[in-house]
Amino acid sequence: MDTAPEHAHSGPPGPRDYTDVQHSAEFGELRRGYRSFVFPLTVGFIVWYLLYVLLSNYAGGFMGTEVVGNINVAFVFGLAQFLTTFLIAWWYSRFAAVKLDPKAEALKTRLEAENLQRATGAEIGHQATPRAEDKGELAGQEDDA
Amino acid sequence: MSLTQQLAAPATQLAAEGAGEHRTLIITLFSVFVAITLGVTVWAGRRTKDATDFYAGGRQFSGFQNGLAISGDYMSAASFLGIAGAIALSGYDGFLYSIGFLVAWLVALLLVAEPLRNSGRYTMGDVLAYRMRQRPVRTAAGVSTIIVSIFYLLAQMVGAGALVALLLGITGEAGKNLIVVFVGIVMILYVTVGGMKGTTWVQMIKACLLIGGTVVITVLVFHKFNYNLSALLGAAAENSGKGASFLEPGLKYGVSTTSRIDFLSLGIALVLGTAGLPHILIRFYTVPTAKAARKSVNWAIGIIGVFYLMTIALGFGAAALLSRKTITDSNAAGNTAAPLLAQEIGGGADSTGGAVLLAMISAVAFATILAVVAGLTLASSSSFAHDLYANVIRRGKATEKEEVKAARVSAVIIGGVAIGLGIFAGKLNVAGLVALAFAVAASANLPTLLYSLFWKRFTTTGALWSIYGGLVSSVVLVFFSPVVTGKETSMFPDADFAWFPLQNPGLISIPLGFLLGWIGSLVSKDEGAGGAKYAELEVRSMTGVGAH
Repeated sequence: MDTAPEHAHSGPPGPRDYTDVQHSAEFGELRRGYRSFVFPLTVGFIVWYLLYVLLSNYAGGFMGTEVVGNINVAFVFGLAQFLTTFLIAWWYSRFAAVKLDPKAEALKTRLEAENLQRATGAEIGHQATPRAEDKGELAGQEDDA
Repeated sequence: MSLTQQLAAPATQLAAEGAGEHRTLIITLFSVFVAITLGVTVWAGRRTKDATDFYAGGRQFSGFQNGLAISGDYMSAASFLGIAGAIALSGYDGFLYSIGFLVAWLVALLLVAEPLRNSGRYTMGDVLAYRMRQRPVRTAAGVSTIIVSIFYLLAQMVGAGALVALLLGITGEAGKNLIVVFVGIVMILYVTVGGMKGTTWVQMIKACLLIGGTVVITVLVFHKFNYNLSALLGAAAENSGKGASFLEPGLKYGVSTTSRIDFLSLGIALVLGTAGLPHILIRFYTVPTAKAARKSVNWAIGIIGVFYLMTIALGFGAAALLSRKTITDSNAAGNTAAPLLAQEIGGGADSTGGAVLLAMISAVAFATILAVVAGLTLASSSSFAHDLYANVIRRGKATEKEEVKAARVSAVIIGGVAIGLGIFAGKLNVAGLVALAFAVAASANLPTLLYSLFWKRFTTTGALWSIYGGLVSSVVLVFFSPVVTGKETSMFPDADFAWFPLQNPGLISIPLGFLLGWIGSLVSKDEGAGGAKYAELEVRSMTGVGAH
């Protein structure tokens, strides 16, 4: 895998440089959309969970207050953790399906078309590749890189 | 209520003494499960042709199938029997403990599953080393993977020996050791013959059995209390002898200032550790796309969440219907509360219903153990073969065939080591090792994974500092904690060199892991920071271009 760049200069196409894609407006928008959703949400649910742990630890009186019958605040709080976990999972998945997937899909399709073009363009050079049994090995390494 | 319970108590003695005739039924169910799963393993093994089949099950599982398998991989005997037992003895605190295991899945869903599926191939090391200097980071990832998995595996193996011996009424070290050897051999067969495909099917079957068995007991418990949760809780509180405090936090984790901080430390490690457990991470490679990985985590959250909700019925049901003495006489930690409850709710020890339900739940517990240890063995042998053997020792020059062969050989070796350690540690209290596995995953693996995926300036040095720093600090802190020495419940109760007061190192080691990764990156200027490789990783992880 370390050696992948070594044969970049010979027949097979070298690794594609994705820096231009990384800096493109299209990708920037996808990344911003993703990060601005999941980072605050992650902080949010961790704080919400820690609040629950800390209240359980240090606010026994409050947590022991009965709500209905033998069901107390602590129990409701615990069930609320289940509920919020389910809701956050659902919310993120919906957000990702609506806002992220189409953008990621479009970018992927475009990049794959470009990569295919590069690969077929370099095919003539690729013919010079050594014996057949080495081929799989080389391909495996590039794959991995 | 408590009076009828006391009268019923003699009838609820577990297999340990009385149920010799039930033993046949339990052994039959165990054998049926092992025969069916080995059959499936052979079938899957015939369909395992190349490395992708062996490591990633051919990436052909659906989101739902993988969600089931993730649940089967994740819900260990510790969650099933441990949490039910913790609730049965400590009431609310057992429930409190279970919640961290569920909330943790949001970290996996939001930050890890999809980028990992897009950028990696077979192991956690694929992603950690992606933009870094290969050999040192691969080595670190492999070491961390194997250590986390072995700790986890050891706890499961020792637990398996004790538990199955108890359920079968076997006493004596030789019997326990025989069970450890048997579990080890079956797990090695699953992994070497069936690879990821076989292991996945075993985990799916186990998840169905576990959910099915738990649903039956839950419905029976609720039926007994006219489907009234408040009545169930009230009966549990009364019968526990602890009154209202049984339904409030504090019985287990609130006894001292140290135990409170300890629980906070545990909670953080649970929430952040799950998304860094290698045997969980490699499951995301078994589906065709990142979207399917997302779907599988959603299914897993649903299945695991419903399961933990049902442990409320199991735990409080056991507290309500069994006397405390019955539970602790059978197992001091309450690990047999769920099987005892099954026996009681089926009609008691002398009834056919009781015998059938006890046998069913025991078989489910056995299936649970086997599926989890198989997942752990697969994760560590995959990492050994792909990270250490193929990419470090052979420098990426090993053929696919050699790599898979190395994985199979290392599964046998790791399985053998686990059997040996399991027998050696048979008398030790190794329950703390599961918490240690989560702490290492949260302190070493998660920081490196998140920095790799999301932080431009992260470097090879930073990656090495966070992996080794998180790993060493958690292990050292636990070594000098009451988990290992200084207490009656310690691994070595006769020695005492504990100076670290907490059983869970996460509170210190997790921030340290993150901090070291950050400082290591700031003081170095080597491979990894920015550049083409990071651009490639970032674009690939977000879009799936070039994904395997």
